[in-house]
Amino acid sequence: MLTTRRVDAYHALTVVAPGIAERFRPGHFVGVAVGGAQTSMLTRRAFFVHDVKPDYGGTVEFVFTVGGPGTAWLAERRARDTLDLIGPLGRPFPLPRDPVTCVMVGGEYGSATLFAVADALQSRGCRVDFVLGAVSADRVFGALRARRMGETTTLTTEDGSLGMRGKVTDVLPGVIADVRADVVYACGPIETLRGVTAVAVEFDIPVQVAVEERMACGIGVCMTCVLPVIGDDGVTRMVRSCVEGPVFRGERVRFDDVGTIPFDALGAPGGGTRHVG
Amino acid sequence: MSVDMRTYLGHVELVNPIITAAGCAASGSELAQFFDLGRIGALTTRSITMAPRAGRPTPRMAETPSGMLNAVGLQGPGVDAFLERELPWLSQRGVRTVVSIGGGTVAEYTALARRLTDAPGVSAVEVNLSCPNIEDRGRVFARDGAASAEVIASVRSVMRYDVPVVAKLSPDTVDVVSVARACVDGGADALSMINNPIGMSIDTEAMRPSLSAVTGGLSGPAVRPLAVRCVWQVHAALPSVPVIGMGGVLTGRDAFELILAGACVVAVGTALFHDPYACLRILRELEELLAARGFHRLADAVGLAHRPPGSSPRHRNDLEETSL
Ligand SMILES: Cc1cc2nc3c(=O)[nH]c(=O)nc-3n(C[C@H](O)[C@H](O)[C@H](O)COP(=O)(O)OP(=O)(O)OC[C@H]3O[C@@H](n4cnc5c(N)ncnc54)[C@H](O)[C@@H]3O)c2cc1C
Ligand SMILES: Cc1cc2nc3c(=O)[nH]c(=O)nc-3n(C[C@H](O)[C@H](O)[C@H](O)COP(=O)(O)O)c2cc1C
Ligand code: FES
Repeated sequence: MLTTRRVDAYHALTVVAPGIAERFRPGHFVGVAVGGAQTSMLTRRAFFVHDVKPDYGGTVEFVFTVGGPGTAWLAERRARDTLDLIGPLGRPFPLPRDPVTCVMVGGEYGSATLFAVADALQSRGCRVDFVLGAVSADRVFGALRARRMGETTTLTTEDGSLGMRGKVTDVLPGVIADVRADVVYACGPIETLRGVTAVAVEFDIPVQVAVEERMACGIGVCMTCVLPVIGDDGVTRMVRSCVEGPVFRGERVRFDDVGTIPFDALGAPGGGTRHVG
Repeated sequence: MSVDMRTYLGHVELVNPIITAAGCAASGSELAQFFDLGRIGALTTRSITMAPRAGRPTPRMAETPSGMLNAVGLQGPGVDAFLERELPWLSQRGVRTVVSIGGGTVAEYTALARRLTDAPGVSAVEVNLSCPNIEDRGRVFARDGAASAEVIASVRSVMRYDVPVVAKLSPDTVDVVSVARACVDGGADALSMINNPIGMSIDTEAMRPSLSAVTGGLSGPAVRPLAVRCVWQVHAALPSVPVIGMGGVLTGRDAFELILAGACVVAVGTALFHDPYACLRILRELEELLAARGFHRLADAVGLAHRPPGSSPRHRNDLEETSL
């Protein structure tokens, strides 16, 4: 581990991990073991990669808030401690071939994953605009960087302490219309993603979302991180967000049914589209 | 000095005793990115069901001290897709495969076994008896010796003679030895234990159960003492029956503990979630540990903790030679 720093309400950890840095694509996440060698916390914690740099052969940075015991342990790590992490995990954000106009929507620390995407988009000649929001000013991540990178940056807080009072979804329709956006990239709490997707669907433009589900392994073997997603064939399946996601086309995710097994999902109890027998 | 790590499930030879536990290695291809599946004793599939299953709603997982609760609900592709895609993928790569099956009735288990009979690449069949019996108001088969034996006898009768049938037992029963004995009398060639005991946790913030299914299966080191106890009791009662031991194995030491209790094969489940390389690391640690204690063969350590107090560890040739 290289450095730890505080950014408002967040902790940022930079780790020397050349193998991960080398294969990193925007949208990837890492699985971090917490608690040390004799830990009683067996499941890895998932964090989006915020940044990779070529220093020291390759470094990886991620950003987090303290919620439970795992993140509390991470917040106490110091430079030169070692950290056990696997990655890069998940499917990254697909990038458009043409130089289109992209709106990046980040809720809370979700914006951390968007800067690498924005970088890649800009190097393809895309125009990038940001809409970042959170509950309060100290939880809006990366406002300065967004202002430097984006053509425009719109900030929202629910308590009005920074930018407009309200949610990202309140300002998003205006931004999409003003900049004539071709595509939306979003990362944040599931409620935010649901709202962002609804807006994009209304404007009939594609939306790529990076979701967060409770994960135990991050590598596709435990089947705990599923959510209902509509496939190319129109069939809803319970798919693993760690390997088939975390990035999905927003309109394919059945946000209203997250936390349930939709009755028409493949293999749903008492029915399902192709349930035999 | 290298240790002979070969072991047997019935008459099926495994190159070493470390296998994956049912439902903890998905289709196999996920782990193949991390290591060569041919280097472990075998891969156990998730429990295959007749129809595709979407499983339980989320949250399906809650971390608990040294373990976790899961309520996946046997999500899987169903036997057709399994035979079409997953099993051929494994058998083409020469991965020894233990196919786990799950059903709600004796007839369903039997039908599944029949589907597997002609499928190439099935090294053994493990019958997951921790499924609710639809014909007995949802009572889990594994609770009851007679219900378990009926399933095993029926599966045994349709499986090819050269494919061992393994009965997977649960610690959630009054007397695991009597269920084990009933399964062996019903024709089980081997036994595996333990499946997840049922537990529960409550989210004290939300003041609701942590899992949407309310209860879930407990796994990880938290259950290891239960596993050691079950393997010990069953091996004491049925010393000639091969036992696959599992429950909270994280290290070679933990595998050795189950072997000393009587297991000749050790399955690794939850540890894979923490460390995708766990199987090969555990195998290496186990081999080093056996070598350090002077064992030439894994088989000599199986059930060794059952020797009477005061007797010497006889198989330890180094000691034998020097004390002669
Ligand atoms: C793909 C992905 C990317 C993520 N990126 C970030 C990030 O960049 N920054 C950040 O602060 N957080 C991120 N999270 C959430 C982060 O994983 C959780 O905050 C963290 O696991 C909580 O651990 P804990 O020990 O503090 O909390 P506890 O509540 O004690 O955790 C208990 C268990 O629940 C799981 N869990 C709890 N909350 C979540 C959650 N929201 N998502 C997934 N698993 C959870 C933990 O992995 C652990 O197994 C991400 C989650 C996912 C799935
Ligand atoms: C997520 C998960 C899914 C499981 N799925 C199955 C299953 O499909 N069939 C089965 O017989 N056992 C299943 N098990 C039980 C394991 O095979 C094993 O018996 C148990 O978890 C104890 O081993 P462990 O502590 O090493 O995980 C599952 C366990 C977990 C944690
Ligand atoms: S987190 Fe284990 S399958 Fe996705």
